[in-house]
Amino acid sequence: MPLQSLDIAARSATTTPPPGIRKTLEVAKLIDVTKCIGCKACQVACMQWNDIRDEVGENHGTYDNPRDLTAKSWTVMRYSEVESQERGLEWLIRKDGCMHCEDPGCLKACPSPGAIIKYANGIVDMQQENCIGCGYCITGCPFNVPRISEKDNKAYKCTLCSDRVAVGLEPACVKVCPTGCISFGSKEDMKDIAEERVVELKERGYGNAGLYDPQGVGGTHVMYVLHHADKPELYNNLPPDPAISPMVSLWKGVTKPLATLGLAAVAIGSLFHYVTKGPNEVSKETEKEVEKELEEEGKQ
Amino acid sequence: MKRDPNDLQRYTASERANHWVVGISFILIALSGLALFHPAFWPLSMLFGGGVWTRIIHPFLGVLMVVSFAAMAVRFWKLNVMTPTDWEWLKRAKEMVNGDDHNMPIMGKYNGGQKMLFWALVVCMALLFVSGILIWRAYFSGFFPVGVVRLGAVVHAAVAAVMIALIFVHVYAAIWVKGTIRAMWYGTVTRPWAKQHHRAWYKEMTGK
Ligand code: SF4
Ligand code: SF4
Repeated sequence: MPLQSLDIAARSATTTPPPGIRKTLEVAKLIDVTKCIGCKACQVACMQWNDIRDEVGENHGTYDNPRDLTAKSWTVMRYSEVESQERGLEWLIRKDGCMHCEDPGCLKACPSPGAIIKYANGIVDMQQENCIGCGYCITGCPFNVPRISEKDNKAYKCTLCSDRVAVGLEPACVKVCPTGCISFGSKEDMKDIAEERVVELKERGYGNAGLYDPQGVGGTHVMYVLHHADKPELYNNLPPDPAISPMVSLWKGVTKPLATLGLAAVAIGSLFHYVTKGPNEVSKETEKEVEKELEEEGKQ
Repeated sequence: MKRDPNDLQRYTASERANHWVVGISFILIALSGLALFHPAFWPLSMLFGGGVWTRIIHPFLGVLMVVSFAAMAVRFWKLNVMTPTDWEWLKRAKEMVNGDDHNMPIMGKYNGGQKMLFWALVVCMALLFVSGILIWRAYFSGFFPVGVVRLGAVVHAAVAAVMIALIFVHVYAAIWVKGTIRAMWYGTVTRPWAKQHHRAWYKEMTGK
């Protein structure tokens, strides 16, 4: 890669190592949910920068619009109304989208070489020209993020504006957020910012405030500051402890080499059986017996 | 191998045609499935016009295979009911594999090994069909919870590998036992072949 910012760390369905002599800075986007006012500026910026316009939907009686992530809506605000004894009604708004996992289940599941890549900076990106539309990435993702387009049968999701980041810009959503709820930079810096913010929130009575950077997927390159980090599921079912499903690991882990070796063993075993034991031919005696039978028949 | 008026008819034309449809669809589905299974087999996708075509064609071939196999199973299941002699045969299969079939129990149209293969294929086909529906993203996956789809993916891959291995054995056995493959091509076998390998069936056919 001529651009160091586009160095690749992992590539779907590829068994050999990617070029890896350079050490690139790991980036992250930090979404401070506690500062979000739900204005959807980020959603609009995402549409504009990426040049995608979703179909106009219907009102479902909530502010969620569109209602779910789609191939043309890579980020969606999720509005959860939560009632509790201590705090009464709370409005928890979470910007949903790809988490850019350090250990991405989508990439692990993808059968098409190079359809999903992870840049050395941590961004997980789909390369639609290599995508075959099988949807295994959906099966592999612990966050239910990728969507297949009905128009072209390719998988799409948030790119973390890999094109902008590659040339030193921040993602479009970060640029546009009016409350400064989204920050972007090195993962280390983002953790520091989060830490400070968490201290602040704790002082303000959110005893369980914390950073969401789930280790089950090796950490993520999109992190949240949550007021209730002990209960991420309050935020429209953000998984408390996401990890690549054991089923996916089994499918894409041992099954592949085991089955391949097993099939090779059966094929080679058959060949050597033939070579060592020889073919199973009809014996001379049986042939003679049958000849005799036929002769007798003829005589009768 | 010349045709001989004394040859015995083992398969009718429509049985053979049915078997070939299953066989051809199996070969295509195995090649396209392997391409999607392990990167080592990815180049096989080129046989189908690239990855996208492989993904599109594979499940339809699967339906063809399952349907044509079902037709075959309906024709043959009665002949494949296991008997005590079959179990006895299986116990001694090792001798057979070692090339010594002198003491093998007398077999009808199919031996214990062939019957087991038949039933194993029935199970594999059923599992592949159900799991295949679960992971057929274009039409069906959306109707099932992701946990079920994941299970489907594992089952599909594992069972497919088992089935490919079974078919390897099936094909090899046909190559190994000389005079067998012609039954698949034009339906007949020689009398000595029948007498040696399926004596009870030979008796049934010839009265000897
Ligand atoms: S959130 Fe899902 S789509 Fe995004 S990187 Fe992780 S596994 Fe892939
Ligand atoms: S749909 Fe595309 S990106 Fe997703 S797993 Fe299949 S080939 Fe990979």
